[in-house]
Amino acid sequence: MTEQSSSGRRFALTRRRMILGGSLVGGALVVGYAVTHPMQVAGAILSGGGRDPEPSAFGSFIRIAPDGWVTIVNRQQELGQGIHAGMAAIVAEELDADWDRVRVVDSRSNFRAYGVQGTAGSRSISGNWDQMRKAGAAARFMFVSAAAARWNVARGSIAVRDGIVSHPPSGRSASFAELLAEASLQEPPQSPTLKQAGDYRLIGTDRVRRKDVLPRITGAQIYTQDVRRPGMLVAMVAHSPRFGGRVARFDPSDARRIKGVVDVFAIETGVAVLAENSFTARRGRDALRIEWDDSEAERRSTPDITRHYEDVANGRTDLEPAEFAMKGEDAGAPFTGQVAEFAFHFPYLAHAPMETLDCVAKVDGWDVSITSGAHLPIVDQVQAARVALTIPGKVDVEVIPAGGSFGRRGLMASDYVVEAVRVAKHARGRPVKLIWTREDEMGGGYYRPMSHHRAWVQIGADGFPERWRFRSVCQPLLPFGGNPQAVEGIAESPYFSTATSVDGKLFSPRFPVPVSFWRSVGHSYTAMVMEHMIDQLARRAGRDPAEYRRILYQRAGASRRVAVLDELCRRAGWGTAIEPGWARGLAVHEPFGTVIGQVAEVRLEQGKPIVRRVVAVVDCGIAVSPDQIAAQMEGGIGFGLSAALYGAITLKDGVVEQGNFDTYPVLRMSEMPAVETYIMPSTGRPTGMGEPGVAPIAPAVANALLALTGKATDRLPFMGGGMV
Amino acid sequence: MAFILHVNGRPHRVEADGETLLLWVIREWLGLTGTKYGCGIAQCGACTVHVDGQPMRSCSTPVSMVAGSDITTIEGVAGPEAEAIRKAWVARDVPQCGFCQSGQIMSAVALLRTRPAPTDGDIDMAMSGNICRCATYTRIRAAIHDAAAAAAGTPEAA
Repeated sequence: MTEQSSSGRRFALTRRRMILGGSLVGGALVVGYAVTHPMQVAGAILSGGGRDPEPSAFGSFIRIAPDGWVTIVNRQQELGQGIHAGMAAIVAEELDADWDRVRVVDSRSNFRAYGVQGTAGSRSISGNWDQMRKAGAAARFMFVSAAAARWNVARGSIAVRDGIVSHPPSGRSASFAELLAEASLQEPPQSPTLKQAGDYRLIGTDRVRRKDVLPRITGAQIYTQDVRRPGMLVAMVAHSPRFGGRVARFDPSDARRIKGVVDVFAIETGVAVLAENSFTARRGRDALRIEWDDSEAERRSTPDITRHYEDVANGRTDLEPAEFAMKGEDAGAPFTGQVAEFAFHFPYLAHAPMETLDCVAKVDGWDVSITSGAHLPIVDQVQAARVALTIPGKVDVEVIPAGGSFGRRGLMASDYVVEAVRVAKHARGRPVKLIWTREDEMGGGYYRPMSHHRAWVQIGADGFPERWRFRSVCQPLLPFGGNPQAVEGIAESPYFSTATSVDGKLFSPRFPVPVSFWRSVGHSYTAMVMEHMIDQLARRAGRDPAEYRRILYQRAGASRRVAVLDELCRRAGWGTAIEPGWARGLAVHEPFGTVIGQVAEVRLEQGKPIVRRVVAVVDCGIAVSPDQIAAQMEGGIGFGLSAALYGAITLKDGVVEQGNFDTYPVLRMSEMPAVETYIMPSTGRPTGMGEPGVAPIAPAVANALLALTGKATDRLPFMGGGMV
Repeated sequence: MAFILHVNGRPHRVEADGETLLLWVIREWLGLTGTKYGCGIAQCGACTVHVDGQPMRSCSTPVSMVAGSDITTIEGVAGPEAEAIRKAWVARDVPQCGFCQSGQIMSAVALLRTRPAPTDGDIDMAMSGNICRCATYTRIRAAIHDAAAAAAGTPEAA
């Protein structure tokens, strides 16, 4: 094309942009699929935080460059779960783009463009499924319209495949690049037609692979820890060794004498040291002398809290419970006949992502900029604005990949982001990188909560449960609302199908040890509670644990569970012989809309469970990226097994006893089982996969140990971990 | 104090106290941020570099100890083993969050240089000092076997 026609086209496109939802930025076509969010007022306040990647677009996810490359904007946060690939594949499928010429970029936090941003509840795929499909289909529609107009043929006779638009009857074809200008003039449809699952060419294939591997194997990937800015200072903060402790007084003189220490000052969470680099910040912090005021701090030890939880569950305190899963009129009546009784204890758990908590913040008058591996960027934006005394719209959150999170970076309190902003307020407009050491992270709270569960089951003559009673104790995860996460996975159990009554009561004590979401949340222990009880009940009834479950699922009408169980038994060789000293254990659970089953092959070696193989079956609806589903299964099993074997954060006189991987061991290469993942074929909507893999592994191992030794497990971790 | 550090084949003059840890010199003096801080006590392996060909935990190595040594970081590791490892890592989509992968790769390359055809036991020995919280271990193990097979000229289907 000539220079003149190119500029004329650009003018035309700019004019059309006023009329259409799509917009043109730097020669790229941007197709927006508008979302009308109910929070219009909130939107006005929140908007303007980040640079708009597509200035005039509202809810825009697709850019197509003149060279035909398709850029898909990922509004979810990449924490390692590979979500960028799944999100992009959904768009690319409906767009019929060439997957090898699709790139993915992460969006900044931008309410106006991307709505409420946060990655939680394993909902990235399921929650964006419709919106991403429509975005892709709308863009495809525009290319089809453009080709139909150019060739003067009917829209219905046009085909699109791998970024090529064609008219098979005449043999004409054109690439996205060639049609770009004309496509951008087309009106996007209000309700684009979406593909049927049977027509998918990309979704569900092994072609949906990660697009971020290369920088992760060359050292080029920049995480928050690696961010460098002109004039940047590094901060470390000395925190109270006890939760709820405050700085009484401190002596900064030794720290200030260290060359490279720029400033020392108290903030709400402790004493901050600002330095020229990380090593000096650490030395400066080590040189502080701080006296802490522990008058309002938690001073108990873990055994004290454990005993307190037992008292609470037994109704020996004045804490009032909330009811859950109540069913039947005789729920409160005393149990008769055969009654099985169970009790479980679970510890606090740290998340321990490989990248410790860190955040780059700059406060310049009203303007705040944040760079971090955010998990809930919109929450970070609001919290940063609160402490910087500005409005959220003045806070720019640049979201970059996190070196893991597992929930730790997704706090309603945004603790480390808030701390970074507080420190940055002292830095006179210079950017500050706050770094937490491993010890800071493990001792810093926001753990998976401790919990205690008692259960009684009245067993009928047929060996199946007639009545259930639960007394659960667990700190609430949020400062408001109820505590539903504490009993998720119990409250809706299909095992209640044979019972005439269920009486569940939940106690939610509050005290200064902060708790939060940890990968798979309540399911991280409710799977153990339900699945280990069921195995014990099956044994008591003299039935095979798989058969016992199948009957309960059938009575509950839980057909997905039956299908997963049957496939699992087939794949794992359930019921077939296994070498002496080894046993299989089975668990099936239903977290985040996903039905997941695992069979673990286990033996005991000097008191330690050795898991050599895990067979896993999952029904997570339409499988967008089978390889990433397998990766999440492998990772979930490793993460869950790590906690089941070793994980425990314990307190002594209120001080956390673990500080690093020497005192908080995690799973290593030599302990990782082989994992086989099988995905159930499905045409149902996708459900969660980032977290479910974690839940069944502990009970699968416990059930194998039960088969091996006849002994039940009543607490985790298996290796003790100071919980005894 | 001033030290001459040979990093990725190039000499660098570094002004730092002798007890400054190599990790921070690499990351913040030289700007090579592929080597990560994960624990600071030589427990996790995210900071692994090669010093005179041997894998070492840079988070616990004072810079004065390695002056004059040949230091290789993830940015500079090369050769047939490194190439085979990276290819295998891509073929299997090994990384998840990726934060530990620099250290994993440095340990894996060192393993292949001493054991061109490692057994599972060799892999356990060489790699158990590198923690991956995403638990990419099964893929790391498979990729090391792939890389070994590729280097031996008997490519395995990935």
